Amino acid sequence: MDVTGYDVLIVGGGGAGLRAAIAVAETDPRLSVAVVSKVYPMRSHTVSAEGGAAAVIKPDDSLDDHAYDTISGGDWLSDQDAVEAFVREAPAEMLRLEHWGCPWSREPDGHVAVRPFGGMKKERTWFAADKTGFHMLHALFQTSLKYDPVTRYDECFVTRLLVDDGRVQGVVAIELMTGRVRAITARAVILATGGCGRIFPFTTNANIKNGDGMALAYRVGVPLKDMEFVQYHPTGLPFTGILITEAARSEGGHLLNKDGYRYLQDYDLGKPQPKPALRSMELGPRDRLSQAFVKEHERGRTIEGPYGPVVHLDLRHLGAKVINSRIPFVRELCLKYQNIDPIHEMIPVRPVLHYMMGGVHTDIDGATPMEGLFAAGEAACVSINGANRLGSNSLTECLVFGARAGRSAAAFAAQGKPPSHAVVAQAMDENARLEAQYLRKTGGKESIAGIRDEMQKAVEDGAGIYRTGAALEEAAGKLRRLQERYADIRLDDHSRTFNTELTSAIELSYMLDVAETIVGCALQRRESRGAHQRTDFAARDDAHYLAHSLVRRGQDGSPQVEYLPVVVTRWPPAERVYGR
Amino acid sequence: MGGSTVPQTITLEVARYRPEQESEPSFDRFEVPFRDDWVVLDALNYIKDRQDGTLSYRWSCRMGVCGSCGMMVNGEPTLTCATFLSQYASSSAPVRVEPLSNFPVIRDLVIEMSDFMEKLKSVKAWILRDREKPVSEGEYLQTPEQLDGYKQYSMCINCMLCYAACPVYGLDPLFTGPAAIALAQRYNMDSRDEGSGERMDILSRDDGIWACTFVGECSEVCPKNVDPAGAIQRYKLSATLDWFGSILAPWSGR
Repeated sequence: MDVTGYDVLIVGGGGAGLRAAIAVAETDPRLSVAVVSKVYPMRSHTVSAEGGAAAVIKPDDSLDDHAYDTISGGDWLSDQDAVEAFVREAPAEMLRLEHWGCPWSREPDGHVAVRPFGGMKKERTWFAADKTGFHMLHALFQTSLKYDPVTRYDECFVTRLLVDDGRVQGVVAIELMTGRVRAITARAVILATGGCGRIFPFTTNANIKNGDGMALAYRVGVPLKDMEFVQYHPTGLPFTGILITEAARSEGGHLLNKDGYRYLQDYDLGKPQPKPALRSMELGPRDRLSQAFVKEHERGRTIEGPYGPVVHLDLRHLGAKVINSRIPFVRELCLKYQNIDPIHEMIPVRPVLHYMMGGVHTDIDGATPMEGLFAAGEAACVSINGANRLGSNSLTECLVFGARAGRSAAAFAAQGKPPSHAVVAQAMDENARLEAQYLRKTGGKESIAGIRDEMQKAVEDGAGIYRTGAALEEAAGKLRRLQERYADIRLDDHSRTFNTELTSAIELSYMLDVAETIVGCALQRRESRGAHQRTDFAARDDAHYLAHSLVRRGQDGSPQVEYLPVVVTRWPPAERVYGR
Repeated sequence: MGGSTVPQTITLEVARYRPEQESEPSFDRFEVPFRDDWVVLDALNYIKDRQDGTLSYRWSCRMGVCGSCGMMVNGEPTLTCATFLSQYASSSAPVRVEPLSNFPVIRDLVIEMSDFMEKLKSVKAWILRDREKPVSEGEYLQTPEQLDGYKQYSMCINCMLCYAACPVYGLDPLFTGPAAIALAQRYNMDSRDEGSGERMDILSRDDGIWACTFVGECSEVCPKNVDPAGAIQRYKLSATLDWFGSILAPWSGR
């Protein structure tokens, strides 16, 4: 078996992973860095982020305002020390990206421009028109090319973390082009694999978002945190799930029900104003807007479309000039994928699964409880996002905590021990497992797509926008049975070269594990907070649940949940107030 | 399309190549449901999920921005996530799906594109400066007009359609090619960058800008209107001016 060693190994080449790689290279140029990604880095899902990235830069704004918006937006489940570090380091991170060539939209005088965003009471969202993630990712990727200590393993699919003596020491990965299984050892490993939106049937998330890093960590005993908190974005295109950015509303777009009425005014989100009002109406937080959609549907005031109920996002009053200059991608996507022109027509939209607040449990430096293992970006849960992330905080989080994880991994690797011999034997075992379980497997009657469809339905039925104990119990049972049926999966592709049936099968196993943690955590949290709404426990319960869920895999494979108190520094829990 | 009935199904003729089993590419035919809102990629996913799990291709975002799913559809380089089946429904001929031209094929519809990754690095597609300003000094000012000067070239999603369309690259794989040159030009024209001279040394070699015969196919197929052909022409012009500058005023330095 091919064994190669590095000081720091990063799994994932999106915003967080690339920022971490550059941070390691800049912290200590003597350290070798490997970026192992199952796709070419510029294909990573960061590329799809549209609206912008938040950081305090304008004179009327303050770090405390950004912190308060984030904490109240997260329904007080954010760790406030982490949020304070986040808002403090955000501006320099964004400036650094400016220096690396990100084409930020500008004011006429050449300064960086900012726009309003949901749940933010000041304008602080930097943007590159409405392809912010695309431009950030390409600027990061192209910049990363100049760092010689960074070696890339493009299209290498990680199947296992190598752990010995309580310490992570590398990964096993399949090189897709050849099918060769490699052991890549390292003194420190950073998981930056993104989220797991594909667990749900209707999502903005790319096909690659399967919770790989979450499952890899979970399988070696590292806890996942706050997995019940999943974000539905209120405005996705029906059928495709393509995201229509929040920037469409921050530029002045209206959400209308079947009567052409701005229905959000009926859901304690303020009253309609002629101009967009911050922290109000269409600029409320995503959890509240998605919940309002469900209520509006229950009142029979949504519009029936071919793919279920929708409401309308109306941009017509903004005019061609604003749409073409500020949100051109919205128009491009509507024209190309929905065959409508938002300059003249309303856009049908519905809530769509978008983001995981939860992830691999880390501290403020990106370190997990396991020695040598770090995580950053959507794969991680620090937590700054609490029970509901504010739009435009996640791209910034990739930078701030990608850099933090990179610096801490560099410090750890500089002191760390070389890999032990035991991990090479482990890697051979993993190779044998891949052969037996997948590549040489014969028989089996379950299909990948069949189990995936059932998993997606079970998770949406149980852990959608509104949840009940009974529905969650049912989902948990279904997922257990799907785990068993997975063992009887049928595989037709036994070749080595670019075997995407193999990777789909492994991705499905990752998603099944992570889906169980989502449902397990949601079942245990008997309160409603942010994006986790239990109709059987409708109120927030700070006495019992001002705490993070930590979920570990139990002896029998089922998720075991315990709680960790939230860090409160300066903002004691209070009512979330929008529009009043 | 006018007057014809909407078909129930549509046939795809998909290029297959499994190097472990066969020495030559071949075609497989698949009949899939026809749906108005399906793109070619949806049909491929239907095949993979329900008819043949061994079919291999790349895809990810399904919204035309990750650049993974470029293929030849009826001979044209296209993003399969942005190409609707309905555009082929009027013909009774099958829709032919092949890997992007001009690249080695790894398997089925998957091309080998590490060549581009090397070229992107070779043209130094990142900000080059003599002295980097500390972050504490704030942003580089850049007016909206300055941004407009290079913005178009920054829209490249690295989908490789331009390479598949480029007859020069087809004949000479050493040619730096449209996307890499456009991205070099993207940085040359960025007001924050000071590296155009360094890049010119690389791009004025034989396999750089001069190899382009200005066929313009690259700009035709670009799904993001980057206009690589225009970038290359501008580059040639500035290279020529540089050259005149160097012989007419050798004392001026560069």
